[in-house]
Amino acid sequence: MLTYLARIVLKMLVTFFAIVTLVFFATRLSGSPIDFVIGEGITQEDRALLTSYYGLDQSTWVQYRAFLASFADGQFGLSFVERRPVAEIVGERIWPSLQLLLSSVALTLALSLPLGILGAVYCKSWVGSAVMVVAFLGYAVPNFVLATFMILVFSYWLNWLPVVGNGSAWHFIMPTITMSGILIAGLTRFTRNAMLDVLGQDYMRTARAKGLSEQTVIFKHGLRNASITILSVIGLQIAGLAAAGSVVVEAIFAWPGIGDLLVRSAIVRDYPVLQFGVIAVSVAVLLINAVVDIAYAYADPRIRLGRA
Amino acid sequence: MADAAFSPSLTAGSRLKGVAAIWREADMIQRMAMVLALILVAAAILAPLVAPFSPEQQSLIARLRPPLGFDRYRDGYLLGTDELGRDVLSRTLYGLRLTLALAVIGASIGLVVGGFLGILAGLIGGIFEDIVMGAVDTQIAIPFTLIALLILSIFGSSMEVMVLVLGVHGWEQSARIVRGEVRKLTQMPFIEAARSAGASGPRIAFKHILPNVVSPLVVQFTLSLSNIVLLESTLSFLGLGVQPPTATLGAMVGIGRDYMPTAPWIVVAPALMILLITFAVQILGDWLRDRTDVRLRAR
Repeated sequence: MLTYLARIVLKMLVTFFAIVTLVFFATRLSGSPIDFVIGEGITQEDRALLTSYYGLDQSTWVQYRAFLASFADGQFGLSFVERRPVAEIVGERIWPSLQLLLSSVALTLALSLPLGILGAVYCKSWVGSAVMVVAFLGYAVPNFVLATFMILVFSYWLNWLPVVGNGSAWHFIMPTITMSGILIAGLTRFTRNAMLDVLGQDYMRTARAKGLSEQTVIFKHGLRNASITILSVIGLQIAGLAAAGSVVVEAIFAWPGIGDLLVRSAIVRDYPVLQFGVIAVSVAVLLINAVVDIAYAYADPRIRLGRA
Repeated sequence: MADAAFSPSLTAGSRLKGVAAIWREADMIQRMAMVLALILVAAAILAPLVAPFSPEQQSLIARLRPPLGFDRYRDGYLLGTDELGRDVLSRTLYGLRLTLALAVIGASIGLVVGGFLGILAGLIGGIFEDIVMGAVDTQIAIPFTLIALLILSIFGSSMEVMVLVLGVHGWEQSARIVRGEVRKLTQMPFIEAARSAGASGPRIAFKHILPNVVSPLVVQFTLSLSNIVLLESTLSFLGLGVQPPTATLGAMVGIGRDYMPTAPWIVVAPALMILLITFAVQILGDWLRDRTDVRLRAR
């Protein structure tokens, strides 16, 4: 178990370092960001002053070291646009993002697990086909198209739901549904396949043969064994999809979270914020993956002991 | 069986039979997707001939006119006009053209780069393989939308940068798949035979390995097509993709959003077009994957 943990942590550190380096050098490729942010009409002196203020006149190597060092003081540099520490700006955005993520994951779990189990148990009947259609629609309908149609119907035509912001519980409905769409599709499909695999196993026949009720067979013997595979996909796919989805969903509904911040910073080229935002989200995804890897190993001795 | 459609050695006649067989095997929804895909591709190619107007031609007196069948409909503008008096139908057709073109180019770049690196990694091994696979793992770990935001913010939004972004997307999947295949193939007796017969490295790579990884790559190509359509339209929707006045489906939805309460048709036409594309590509991609996956076919 210890070697396994060490391997996960090491892999995470290497990926983290690769991401940080990639992000840093990518943002240095395009020349001085001062010109983009300030634009025309700046005097040479002011430009030189700003350049040295942000340390952009140093060599790339010195800047890289300063960039790494800025992780140590916990401020992560100053925003070009807001002139505030990046950590502060990103910090304000974490809670709204987390709220949206939690409500979406809750909705996803509440719908996908039952749907996936139904789809597997009744895979030969119309119930199973209906489940697959739902899963397919979730994949094929882009989230911004879904959001646009929902806004059109529920906000403009029926006047039921608010479009922007996160003021009340009503504000959660459309962003949560939009964000859950692709998650539900992915998890339903996966739950169904995992359950189908398990339902075909010999021990299921044994369980039935010894006279257990169908309920016990499916939930205690089936779902419990399928849960290991399901658990892994919740981490691996859901984290990535949620991170990508939150960018779009938050931008559409002007949800004051990290995704919205990233899009705004990308448009105005606020590199310090964008850099840190990308790194923060990637690290969150990495951490979730690592936690899932560990939980996975804990649940399945085959993985933590041998090589799977 | 699965390779019948791709094999170059077939004559025209037997290839036609192959197409007929594919049609017979497909179910109702898959047939609909095939027809839909053909119509979309035809519409995209013929857009300059079919579109009633130029996609960027503005008309101040014909602004925000609704589609055929509504009050204030203006003759000739079948799907209505947008806030600048441009024909929504023409813009949707040109948007379709651009979206499909970008998707094919982007997916091809990812396929060629990823496939090439994958073959090299599998054949050369050692530190080169470690570096390539390290890059693959890193890209898989970061949600691609974030990488796209970074690239677009740094290099600005233009057609060339968009092609770059779409090309970077998906190379890692091709590389991963090809490298896996190559690793399997190099254990095969026929590669060993070629090697002991004195075949050179490049000859083995192109003559013996490449033909055997084509089929998984074709499947990967279709799957990444649908992802790239989604990515491109999402980025354009956010205002980070190809810049106005060029007509792209995503940007039409993004900009049209502001006029939604009074002129919903500006958004509905391109949004439905995006749905049609993703439906067709997704169904065909799934179908192709199921056909080539021996394990699934055996079920």
